[in-house]
Amino acid sequence: MILFLFSLLVAASTAVLIFAGGMVTSTGSGLSVPDWPNTYGWFMWTFPVEKMVGGIFYEHTHRLIASTVGFLILVLAVWLWRAEPRAWVRRLGYIALAAVITQGILGGITVLWYLPDPISIAHASLAEIVFCLTVTIALVESPGWKQAYSRDGRGPVDDPILRAVAITTTALVYAQILIGATMRHTNAGLAIPDFPYAFGHLIPPHWDAKIAIHFAHRVGALIVTTFVLATTGHVFYHHSRRRELVRPSLLLLALVALQITLGAFTVLSGKQPLINSLHVITGASVLVTSLVLTLRAHRIRFGEGAVGVRVPREPRRPGDLRAHASAGARA
Amino acid sequence: MDRIYSTCIAALVAALVIGCGGGQKPTTDTAQTAQAPPPPPIDPTTVATISGRITLQGTPPKAERIQTKSDPNCKQPVFTQSYVVGKDGALQNVFVYVKDGLGKYTIPVPTEPVVLAQKNCTYEPHVLGIMAGQPLELRNDDPTLHNIHAVPTANREFNMGQPIQGMRQTHVFSATEVLVPFKCDVHHWMSAFVGVLDHPFYAVTNTDGTFEIKGLPPGTYTIEAVHEKLGRQTQTITVGAKESKTDLSFTFKV
Repeated sequence: MILFLFSLLVAASTAVLIFAGGMVTSTGSGLSVPDWPNTYGWFMWTFPVEKMVGGIFYEHTHRLIASTVGFLILVLAVWLWRAEPRAWVRRLGYIALAAVITQGILGGITVLWYLPDPISIAHASLAEIVFCLTVTIALVESPGWKQAYSRDGRGPVDDPILRAVAITTTALVYAQILIGATMRHTNAGLAIPDFPYAFGHLIPPHWDAKIAIHFAHRVGALIVTTFVLATTGHVFYHHSRRRELVRPSLLLLALVALQITLGAFTVLSGKQPLINSLHVITGASVLVTSLVLTLRAHRIRFGEGAVGVRVPREPRRPGDLRAHASAGARA
Repeated sequence: MDRIYSTCIAALVAALVIGCGGGQKPTTDTAQTAQAPPPPPIDPTTVATISGRITLQGTPPKAERIQTKSDPNCKQPVFTQSYVVGKDGALQNVFVYVKDGLGKYTIPVPTEPVVLAQKNCTYEPHVLGIMAGQPLELRNDDPTLHNIHAVPTANREFNMGQPIQGMRQTHVFSATEVLVPFKCDVHHWMSAFVGVLDHPFYAVTNTDGTFEIKGLPPGTYTIEAVHEKLGRQTQTITVGAKESKTDLSFTFKV
């Protein structure tokens, strides 16, 4: 249980780190500390607080949080190595550690090479992977996962359609984040300055690379929303009594609604840094929520004594679900 | 096995021979220029002067006071510097230089540095010129940290930190470039523009919009005026020996 709580702390701290990283980019502070790993020649942790002015505040704070998260992930990896009986979970810890180290190096290269777009985009994209890894570790350390969501004796859901649609949604959310990172780091965030239209039209009347990236992000938002609705709709229709699926579905819907609103306000506010950064962290939250839903939908595949509730291919009316669920429990 | 080994050795020797210059030596530009006589220096007895005035037509955006609260050390009021317009539309901070027409002359590169200071959380001066190869001294006069971040296209980008008041660092540009933008990522409002040339025939308009380029050999020149927001304008002008042309004017519109 303590390991679960600690892994939750690590996942939460990763979210804070992503928000801090978003603030660095949003305020244009990425190069306000020109050296790395030192800060203006100081060892990172001895840099005077009173000197954290202007853009240095955002960049140096990001570095401090990143170092803390790196240390927490190191502790988590060692803890898993020592205490976790499941080999694949231990491996997740090692991968998370390798990813966060790589992420730190990418961050350093970004500074030393003056924010080259590919490195900056890779830095932003790997951040999401690190977040996914820490959330996954927290999830698989949770009591619910360990009990295979079968406290009431039903066992985990075995629904191939849900698995397919959920994993597709998660992949699409990640792709959308990659486009968003590209838009952000190529400075295309205001390439289309109006919302919901594009230069007053549904389709931009003229094109260049930045407009294309920006418009792709908007189209991506529509696609992601469609798939989120499909996934959550499937959960509400077929698994309305499965709390482990309904809760992340509700959260996912709320987050997507918030994310679209923040996206609109990012444009309309001329990329106000706080709104912009909230858009970044909400996007990451959409990703991990979709991931949690996907992993829970796949829980049956992880074995460990779980008993599945197979869902027939024929869709059923909500009234039939209870009967179906109890039939599954008996099985 | 021996055959493979001997083949590898032969390939390695061949690679070494080629790599160490076993092939034909290319003729270098240096060898050619060493044989050619150096271009003559500019004759100081014949030099001309070009001067004029640059104005702005229209109403520019008002200089606004910048919010500097993010650094309590920036106590002096700071205003936007993109449009500094004086009496009768006199446009300050325009970089004027000889773009084309200068013959081949031996022009010594000054060893005296040009200073770009960070003072009261602004770059001072806002626009300046320098010759490629001439030292640019970057100085922090403020009791706070600055980073000096140049974003050139023809030269190498650099970003150096000056955390202590009074720090000085020197940078030398290797290629000509008009204009190289400078920024400070700590204080997002700070900007400067540096014109890097292979000759000293440039000027920056002052408060009354005037400029003067001295010491030009007689000839026909393309003069370009560059403003950070308003772009570029060119004019052609011919000057004779010892001539002084004072009527070169540019008008930018906003």
